[in-house]
Amino acid sequence: MATAADVLDASDRERPTTDTIALTVRVRRFNPEVSEDSWWDEWTVRCDPLERLVEVLHQIKWHHDGTLSFRRSCAHGICGSDAMLINGRNQLACKVLAQDVAPRVTIEPIRGLSVLKDLIVDMDPFMDGYRSILPYLINDSGEPEKERRQSPEDRHRYDDTTKCILCAACTTSCPVFWGDEGYVGPAAIVNAHRFIFDSRDEAGRERMKILSEKTGVFRCRTTFNCTDACPRGIEVTKAIQEVKRAILFERF
Amino acid sequence: MTTTHTYDALVVGGGGGGLRAAIELSERCRTAVLSKLYPTRSHTGAAQGGVCAALGNVEEDSPEWHAFDTVKGGDYLVDQPAARLMTEEAIEAIYQLERWGLPFNRTPDGRIDQRRFGGHTRNHGEAPVKRACYAADRTGHMILQTLYQQCVKRDVRFFNEFYCLDLLRDDAGATVGIVAFELATGELHTFRAKAVVFATGGYGRMFRVTSNAHALTGDGPAVVWRRGIPLEDMEMFQFHPTGLARLGVLLSEAARGEGGIVLNSEGERFMERYAPTIKDLAPRDMVSRAIYQEIKEGRGGGPNGDWVYLDISHLDPKVIEEKLPDITEFARIYLKVEPLDEPVPIQPTAHYAMGGIPTDTDGRVVVGADEDVVPGLYAVGECACVSVHGANRLGTNSLLDLVVFGRRAGDDAARFVREADLATPSEHPEQPTLELLDGILGRTTGDNAGEIRTELQDNMFDLAFVVRSDESLTKMQQILTSLRERYERVAITDKGARYNTDLMETVELGYLLDCADALVAGALVRTESRGAHFREDHPLRDDANWLKHTLAYRERDGSIRIEYKPVKMGPYVPMERKY
Repeated sequence: MATAADVLDASDRERPTTDTIALTVRVRRFNPEVSEDSWWDEWTVRCDPLERLVEVLHQIKWHHDGTLSFRRSCAHGICGSDAMLINGRNQLACKVLAQDVAPRVTIEPIRGLSVLKDLIVDMDPFMDGYRSILPYLINDSGEPEKERRQSPEDRHRYDDTTKCILCAACTTSCPVFWGDEGYVGPAAIVNAHRFIFDSRDEAGRERMKILSEKTGVFRCRTTFNCTDACPRGIEVTKAIQEVKRAILFERF
Repeated sequence: MTTTHTYDALVVGGGGGGLRAAIELSERCRTAVLSKLYPTRSHTGAAQGGVCAALGNVEEDSPEWHAFDTVKGGDYLVDQPAARLMTEEAIEAIYQLERWGLPFNRTPDGRIDQRRFGGHTRNHGEAPVKRACYAADRTGHMILQTLYQQCVKRDVRFFNEFYCLDLLRDDAGATVGIVAFELATGELHTFRAKAVVFATGGYGRMFRVTSNAHALTGDGPAVVWRRGIPLEDMEMFQFHPTGLARLGVLLSEAARGEGGIVLNSEGERFMERYAPTIKDLAPRDMVSRAIYQEIKEGRGGGPNGDWVYLDISHLDPKVIEEKLPDITEFARIYLKVEPLDEPVPIQPTAHYAMGGIPTDTDGRVVVGADEDVVPGLYAVGECACVSVHGANRLGTNSLLDLVVFGRRAGDDAARFVREADLATPSEHPEQPTLELLDGILGRTTGDNAGEIRTELQDNMFDLAFVVRSDESLTKMQQILTSLRERYERVAITDKGARYNTDLMETVELGYLLDCADALVAGALVRTESRGAHFREDHPLRDDANWLKHTLAYRERDGSIRIEYKPVKMGPYVPMERKY
């Protein structure tokens, strides 16, 4: 009897092997249980040209070396777990395809945060920066019975910065952040922007005070690394400039 | 060596349901949230199209119509009082999210905008209705972010990258706490608490083609199942019709809500034949089966004839840009297809578990046909079964389920802990967990977990997907038995303590095997077709015998016992499902 599979099987397994390509994956490894120093490992695997790099890493982990460690979850660019330095650029491993980097790709942990094991870094300093800018709507003017009104134009004003998934690709691509742990970094400013320019929020001044301090927005040297790195296409540098201008001219 | 922590209430899982419960709890008692991911990585963030509530902002609507659609969409396996409660409370839940800052799209006069979604209709099926509140096609992302922001505001205590591996109960069955594995150190922690809320999400990773994150491995259902709690309606698993071909990445139903259509390889809009009234906006189970039928009759496309197409190329590019930006990008990145110009290859993808841990409408876990309450134990969201989704969930009702029942569970648990005493765990509560981990870590040679996982996923996709039969399910049951034997011998290469994801993934595989066992057992006994569960050897719904929920119990000898409990009926009498 025919089952669902006879019909619906998308059938990677039946795909002829000539469709696959060879990809050499070079990974900077680190595990203090093994060695104080990092080292490089290299594997060559065959995969579909459209295979996501995160799935290539799984192929290595599941069939070659189970100790290879990295964070991942959704595998389609929405959870923000798998930001890595891929061929020198911060990207999400689930948004890079094998054919984009073949025949050879070099993967390292994102910079500026302590490496804990292989591609896993300590996210706590990053999350502390996020928490420091009061990342929640503040409005003490009493709650309406239904929704607060907001015009489509006012809603559009901060649309870009609502897309942030806190993957840290921007912050860990920033040379200022590498050199100074105190700097809150682009992602925290993006999230401050999201509230400062939300017509429903009343704490813009408070956030701008936080961001005008020496760890704040004026550390930015406008190198645009953050904008290039953002996997969500947020114009990060522009958002930072808008916050700077708002502080200088108290206009928002 | 384990560390012991004591709280009034614990929430296991940092997605929408867990965070909503935590907001309610943290203001009233000592609360901690354990999450195996950083909470903002949770899969609630992947939900796209919207969250329904009969606000009536764009056109006339009522919670009663919403309840009817939910019951009919669920093919009458829905507990009707629960559905009515959810659709009534939906309205305040949405306003509350807005007041917490959720950036909904707006109508010209500044109110929350609403759009159409599958199975949501005006006046009991007359025509599609605009009921889904949305934030572009990233509504789930905005709900997750907004709830996390509110947790930051309340300074909720998080244990990030802590993985719950056991539920502790006393001799009387009351909740004592949990045991968790700290990923960063490999250390075990015992958490004592009066109340535990499970909110661990689904288990779509048992199928090869799925929209689900790698993390969705049925942890909560499996952990409680191993401790004597039954699982309800596990055979009811939703296959979403529009997954990206080959990958399963979700393309939101919002694409069809905005006017997108599904085409076969002949370019025919075939849903006109299957659901003449609402066509492409028929519920997901019907569209998935229609796709299956088209493919079976030779009207599929792609190299193996197993794709159909989602076409949005006739829509205004401005609408696509503003309302469907993310899914458009998915097609461009992963399939190298330009949705503005050409149809996107799609196939059904394993999407959502309607079944799970049985609860009442306060999120309390209930056992048996008489629904005996397990003191202090709660479950919310996809890991739970209230049941508001019955045999087939309507689009957007999952996000609604999270906020409505997350709040209710948190509220009830906060009241419970005020009166309950903190129970004392047994002397070495972590012992069974230690044995589980040491068993895996101790073997130097054995089976490969990756291969077992691949075989599970391939076979579940082949044998227990959109169309099932006694033959396919019996075969799957035999395969599961042999996979489990191999799993008992599994060995891993990483023996370290620090971020041992090799170990964690292997434990997750064991949970997936448990959930697959329960799913197949339920699917085998249910000799009818209802909602997402389609048996080609029993193609009709059989209300005389099967208008009831299944409860699967794991017996001590490893076998599965099935019990039943009645569906809670209400005003809606089962009738043939036509759209």
